[in-house]
Amino acid sequence: MTLLAVTVIGVDRPGIIAAVTGALAEVGGNLEDSSMTILGGHFAMSLIVAVDAGEDAVRAALEPVTGALGLAAFVGEVTVEPGHTSTGSPYVVSVHGADRPGIVSRVMGVIASYGGNVSDLTTRLSGDLYVVVADVEVPLEVDIEELRASLAGAADELGVEVTVRAADPDLL
Amino acid sequence: MTVREVVLAPERVLSRPSADVDPCDPSVVGLAADLVATMYAHPGCVGLAAPQVGDGRRVFCLDVTGHPKARTSAGLVVLANPELVSGEGPKVGREGCQSVPDLTGDVARFRRVVVRGAVPGTGELRTYEADAFEARAFQHELDHLAGMLFLDRVAGAHAIFPRKRYL
Repeated sequence: MTLLAVTVIGVDRPGIIAAVTGALAEVGGNLEDSSMTILGGHFAMSLIVAVDAGEDAVRAALEPVTGALGLAAFVGEVTVEPGHTSTGSPYVVSVHGADRPGIVSRVMGVIASYGGNVSDLTTRLSGDLYVVVADVEVPLEVDIEELRASLAGAADELGVEVTVRAADPDLL
Repeated sequence: MTVREVVLAPERVLSRPSADVDPCDPSVVGLAADLVATMYAHPGCVGLAAPQVGDGRRVFCLDVTGHPKARTSAGLVVLANPELVSGEGPKVGREGCQSVPDLTGDVARFRRVVVRGAVPGTGELRTYEADAFEARAFQHELDHLAGMLFLDRVAGAHAIFPRKRYL
């Protein structure tokens, strides 16, 4: 059994999921994990696929579909080693302000410097308003007030607002 | 009484805490009247806080009358220097904002709240008990006066959405 990372992206239209997953099913692929969404009018699929057939067979199976629908695809083998395991506290980091280049990289740079691990991140652009919301796991040994202060400093430089809240659903 | 232009994020007045006011100051009464006129001028708008018309003073209005998600409804509420007295029972619900017109988000709020504030003009202290949608509206407006948007409270990366537009 081989584990493959498959990403597919192209201008959104009905039938993309049906066609791509149909091609994968035909070579015996099993979707172990997936995230699919529309990004700026493009439909983006990120998949982890378990399959007996090799990487080349999957690529060949996808080719007619991606060609017909005008999709760009990537297929690559991934190892089954477990990734990052949870050892921290969950937080939600919200950032919003006037759009400018570098907001995500600056804020995420601060989070990374504390060993924070981002498990999910969404950005939205609405007119001049740029919004970032990230689910972040912060190592237990990190002083969250220190992280808050560092993020506030970065936010001041960027001219944006940043909020860090514990993600515990029982907390308000 | 003037319908004022609603300020949109990322205007920074929306992210600054507002200042306490003298509820009997005529300019505060005028601001309150403008807020009410502006709220009613926008169909579907159930509340408006002073920063949303570019004024950093602690005044808001709300009216959830007839809203399908409302249980309690005090009708028109206009308060200066409002405070959250107590809240209980967290509940996650979808919210939008006149100042963030294209996005909505899932936000955890108290299900029931007690809010106290002064009535503009008389200065009389009034206390409201609200639940469900009206409680959410109170907390949303209180947040505006603290310089916070629902964007600062969304429940996670998968809790922010483009606002659906129906024809």
